[in-house]
Amino acid sequence: MAALSRAASAIRRRGALHLLPGGAPTRAMASLFGHVEPAPKDPILGVTEAFLADPSPDKVNVGVGAYRDDNGKPVVLDCVREAERRIAGNLNMEYLPMGGSIKMIEESLKLAYGEESEFIKDKRIAAVQALSGTGACRLFADFQKRFLPDSQIYIPTPTWSNHHNIWRDAQVPQRTFSYYHPESRGLDFAGLMDDIKNAPNGSFFLLHACAHNPTGVDPTEEQWREISYQFKLKNHFPFFDMAYQGFASGDPERDAKAIRIFLEDGHQIGCAQSYAKNMGLYGQRAGCLSILCEDEMQAVAVKSQLQQIARPMYSNPPVHGALVVSIILNDPDLKSLWLKEVKGMADRIIGMRKALRENLEKLGSPLSWEHVTNQIGMFCYSGMTPEQVDRLTNEYHIYMTRNGRISMAGVTTGNVAYLANAIHDVTKSN
Amino acid sequence: MPSANVRAARPSADRRLSTLVRHLLPSSARTTTAAAAATTTTATSADSSASLRAFPTMASSSVFAGVPQGPEDPILGVTVAFNKDPSPVKVNLGVGAYRTEEGKPLVLNVVKRAELQMIKNPSLGKEYLPITGLADFNKLSAKLIFGADSPAIQENRVVTVQCLSGTGSLRVGGEFLARHYHERTIYIPQPTWGNHPKVFTLAGLTARSYRYYDPATRGLDFQGLLEDLSSAPEGAIVLLHACAHNPTGVDPTLDQWEQIRQLMRSKALLPFFDSAYQGFASGDLDKDAQSVRMFVADGGELLMAQSYAKNMGLYGERVGALSIVCGSADVAVKVESQLKLVIRPMYSNPPLHGATIVATILNNRDMFEEWTIELKGMANRIISMRQQLFNALNIRGTPGDWSHIIKQIGMFTFTGLNSDQVAFMRQEYHIYMTSDGRISMAGLSSRTVDHLANAIDAAVTKVK
Repeated sequence: MAALSRAASAIRRRGALHLLPGGAPTRAMASLFGHVEPAPKDPILGVTEAFLADPSPDKVNVGVGAYRDDNGKPVVLDCVREAERRIAGNLNMEYLPMGGSIKMIEESLKLAYGEESEFIKDKRIAAVQALSGTGACRLFADFQKRFLPDSQIYIPTPTWSNHHNIWRDAQVPQRTFSYYHPESRGLDFAGLMDDIKNAPNGSFFLLHACAHNPTGVDPTEEQWREISYQFKLKNHFPFFDMAYQGFASGDPERDAKAIRIFLEDGHQIGCAQSYAKNMGLYGQRAGCLSILCEDEMQAVAVKSQLQQIARPMYSNPPVHGALVVSIILNDPDLKSLWLKEVKGMADRIIGMRKALRENLEKLGSPLSWEHVTNQIGMFCYSGMTPEQVDRLTNEYHIYMTRNGRISMAGVTTGNVAYLANAIHDVTKSN
Repeated sequence: MPSANVRAARPSADRRLSTLVRHLLPSSARTTTAAAAATTTTATSADSSASLRAFPTMASSSVFAGVPQGPEDPILGVTVAFNKDPSPVKVNLGVGAYRTEEGKPLVLNVVKRAELQMIKNPSLGKEYLPITGLADFNKLSAKLIFGADSPAIQENRVVTVQCLSGTGSLRVGGEFLARHYHERTIYIPQPTWGNHPKVFTLAGLTARSYRYYDPATRGLDFQGLLEDLSSAPEGAIVLLHACAHNPTGVDPTLDQWEQIRQLMRSKALLPFFDSAYQGFASGDLDKDAQSVRMFVADGGELLMAQSYAKNMGLYGERVGALSIVCGSADVAVKVESQLKLVIRPMYSNPPLHGATIVATILNNRDMFEEWTIELKGMANRIISMRQQLFNALNIRGTPGDWSHIIKQIGMFTFTGLNSDQVAFMRQEYHIYMTSDGRISMAGLSSRTVDHLANAIDAAVTKVK
């Protein structure tokens, strides 16, 4: 009886017909989540949505962060197709270990640290397979929070917007450091060095190993050496986010130069690697997080702790992308093919940079467009204002993020003239 | 949350050095130096830093020098030990992955079929999925668990996001609740899957337990369950295993589920279902979803974590979905937008391959049929193993009541063996299981069931 009257009063209180057994039809009930606010839209993904909705035949999407061929089509690399063909319907799908595919990790470390790296031989690198670059950064951020709770992270201005979200959700405090120089559309080297010197000793820095996103501005080799030297003096910890190895210059060894300089100088580094762009494995979420430790024992301990962070997040990482990466990098023929294909992608982008700059100069633009060919990788920070970007979208159906970032991957021989013309039109009165 | 602004007081180098000191120096030196560092001003901190640099061990000190070795995972540790054992009669009853009669892992025929079909389709995209995952997959997954005719789906009150198998779905759901729900306590059954408490704690919730398993009956402690849920604070979250409870194999009856439902709704307790074995428990997809559908039918809200690891054998592909049944379509839209904010800084978007396999199968009537047949085959083999083990123990006259072996359901049986008996069986018979006496029926075959029966018989007679 007591139970019934409790139920009855609950019904009266909430008008909840759903308390009746057998599930009587209900009216829409008051929700426990009624107070939840709609979240702001992701700025980058919103651009593609708007592009897709535009019916204009002239529309151009230079907001997308994924490679496109000269016909504006997405590309699946031949080496990837071959690897997938080999595994389709064949292998088992058992759980990977918590730390991921050993083979994939081994190959990833060779790419980042060097094929003959002493650190690999000495087993000093704690490494786990991660959910692409995002997942690798997040594991590191969570690890940083857990084992260095007093530390914070210095993030370049500007950076990929999700970096801020990652370290925020990991509850690691953020500071920023100078990076981009708007006037020259290049590196603010003086500001960068000042910020490195002024940061407290032992600070953690997020560095883009190559092809800085979103600016495309990278330090020169000489500048990297100076940065490394200053890091030594200050005992700073460098965490490299390498999302474009091979994709920047066309040569993976060259694109890892910054990391190699730091390693030569005796730094212990952390590194997030992604195969999203350089192997076109975007949706497979294939990546690697590595941390160079003092010795093998420490590496074993650190790896075990990284696994403890992964276990309550997703237990173990996805096998498909890891298999594709392992097969390609372990097979000399497939690896050669991959190197050729990644160079092809990088070369096309370098070619489009040249073409865009030449077109703008031919149109008689009063501005300097040197930065278009000085910058490297998928993105070009054009220097255009949000208002100019809006004009490009409204008048020319050209889509990009409002910070003026152009995804060179979206530029083709078919649209480069149109693009140059539009950019010239909105900037000529500068 | 720690402020992003500059911290006052001690320079961080000093803090970092004193952290290292705590880990690296013998305790006597530690106390002195740490105390010195704690009371220091800027001037003296330089002194103590200098004196620390004088220690030879500090010469090449790593920021991670103090990181301790993590504990071994108890479940995976069983397989590690099994692999090391050279005995030809060893049996691995530890890990919860299906094995055939030959003791081999199984890729379902329909999954191979789907993969080969996908390979032949060059236009299949490889790009990033949306943050919420593959749309088709999400819709089909919701229909699978809630029923194609579910009014909640028809009323657009269900938001479904693709996540990394069951673990990922639970974590994302937990994080969402920690940010947006007024109650931070989640009640989890005692016992439960070893990873549950950590998942929710790291998500920002506080885990408490409710009574579930009764060792005396090797069945459900229903009274205890009702009492504990009755005394839970109003609005608390309650984790429910939809079917085939892991690790006990003990499920409530439908009547008991109805009582649980009424009690929970009367206290506005929020159900969070973990469905890792739909179709795998009884062999029937709809039957294994009855508990969930009962709660949806009353119009109330709930969370649901779905996994395709076992029922489609997609373990390593990490395929799953989190669904939240909301009070209205408006709320569902807002909830989805907030789920994206949880996911984006975790891994941006979920993996493509496994979800495409699932969508391919669920979208194709013929493949769906084939799947249900293979699924039934797996479930039947397990049910048959239960029967065989039960018979074998009866034939031997093994002391005790072993009927729970055929009453429990799903991949696991809670044998009731104690850790000493478990250790004995490992030592003398090379049988590997977790120390709580849980055995994975999927690891048994007709060839090995007698060996196991012998081992259990010996253990209960010789070891107390």
